[in-house]
Amino acid sequence: MTAAAPSKLASMRQAIGEHVPSGSSVLIGAALEQMIPFSAGHEIIRQGRRDLTLVGPISDMLFDQMIGAGCVSRVMAAWVGNASAGVGYCFRRAVEHAIPNAIETVDYTNFTMAMALHAAALGVPFLPTYAALGSDLVKSNANLVEFASPVNEDRLIAARALRPDAAIVAVQRADTFGNSHLWGNLGVAIDGARASRKVIVVAEEIVAPEVIASDPNRTLIPGLFVTAVVHEPWGGHPSPVQGYYGRDHAFFAEYHEQSRKEEDFQGWLENWVLKVPSRADYLKRLGDSRTAGLRVREHAFSAPADFGF
Amino acid sequence: MVAAAAREIRDGELVFVGMRLPMIAFALAKRTHAPRATGLFENGIIRETPAPALLYTMGDPPNVCKATFCGDMISVMSLLQQGRVNVGFLGAAEVDRFGNLNTTWGRRDGQPVRLPGSGGACDIACLAQRTVVILAHDPQRLVARVGHITSPGNGNGRGWRRAQGLPALSGPSAIITTMGVLRFGEDGEAYLASIHPGIRVEEVLGNTGWALRVAGDLTLTPEPSEGELAVIREIDPNRFWTKT
Repeated sequence: MTAAAPSKLASMRQAIGEHVPSGSSVLIGAALEQMIPFSAGHEIIRQGRRDLTLVGPISDMLFDQMIGAGCVSRVMAAWVGNASAGVGYCFRRAVEHAIPNAIETVDYTNFTMAMALHAAALGVPFLPTYAALGSDLVKSNANLVEFASPVNEDRLIAARALRPDAAIVAVQRADTFGNSHLWGNLGVAIDGARASRKVIVVAEEIVAPEVIASDPNRTLIPGLFVTAVVHEPWGGHPSPVQGYYGRDHAFFAEYHEQSRKEEDFQGWLENWVLKVPSRADYLKRLGDSRTAGLRVREHAFSAPADFGF
Repeated sequence: MVAAAAREIRDGELVFVGMRLPMIAFALAKRTHAPRATGLFENGIIRETPAPALLYTMGDPPNVCKATFCGDMISVMSLLQQGRVNVGFLGAAEVDRFGNLNTTWGRRDGQPVRLPGSGGACDIACLAQRTVVILAHDPQRLVARVGHITSPGNGNGRGWRRAQGLPALSGPSAIITTMGVLRFGEDGEAYLASIHPGIRVEEVLGNTGWALRVAGDLTLTPEPSEGELAVIREIDPNRFWTKT
């Protein structure tokens, strides 16, 4: 490769505007409770997207917000709620009372969701697993199909390949082509990116290609999979980004209280999403003292690896 | 409850830790009787050492820092499917007499309530060698029959798991509640095996949604030792997870 690769840098507004239309299926929050791209979800809400299918194993609060904002008609997930506080009230209102609209739920388990994305990443129509045998999930999810093993006497579940229209994945650092370094627990982020038709990377930092090439084992999402790169520091708040900031536990608890009633949730949405045009404005609203308290207090750098020859 | 849960972990075992109280139970076991137990987390973490700070979720940065391994979900959850995981911990909204768990559809005042769902619970209940359930003891939660099997226990009794195709070496091992510890008979049904200090058998029976059998050799759950209590207070100093 001689010519410089073309830059895929985009603002969050551009990236969502161009690649996440109403009606699409979106994988978001693939690393479970770490590195959830809340800023992307909030931009989707501001742009008034409707009829989305949300895909992800565990959604720690972001799915709840997008459901409450009326963006969603279907959820394909293993768990929807608020991990440290409890249930997701908007999710409950939508499923139980069609507020603000009815949603369809397609229930997975974490492992069957991971297998479905892995199948798409491998380019095969399904993968077999023993997980979910005997569970009522299988009765209601047409993408989990029991079958007899062709090579022994076992019964298995076929997890049908799941290919979202777009994956939005938070990473620590990327170059402008989208080659991404990420570390910490990864959940289904890598398979999710490989499985999806488009990938939006939300990076805490943009770095030179030399930084990426210095540690190719950490390039867990190669740029060839990536459609757009958004530079958005603190894009994951209130979820943590390893090495950048911690989890804002209080924010999750506050949201839990403020989403309990529908009218309170509308106030929360106005205050933290609709009246906040950008992540920079969001950070102003959050305040310096709050972000200061979440910064890494004690760094723990890895030992360098020698790629010399 | 936390101390009883910690005692379900034997030294050297591979443990699927899960959320909430089991995170404290695992940390307690590591610092007391099971220093060589290994913690597995479905988000992609394997830990040999207890996390250096209180965890609110398994994805908190202290759980990643100085972990043995960080990777993707399949790397860790595939250990379950290989049959290598000795014990997995689960919470639940409802558990029934055969140890089936429901975390999908609850009921409140007769109305259906949508709960968060399986997460990794169904996978663990299907595939871990032993599953330990932790929940508060009341008749709305310990029910004769769950309305929805999110995570399978013994189904409707002996032989059911094998008939479903689940591994021979898997299934519910204990239900630890605020009142006692239930274990499972040969027929797949739960019975009261031990009772916590200060609780009467009648209270347990009155708060269980079916006619719970009581072991002939019913024991008293040992009180948490001073050492165990000290460790719990150290792990959770503001009692975020261990209020009761």
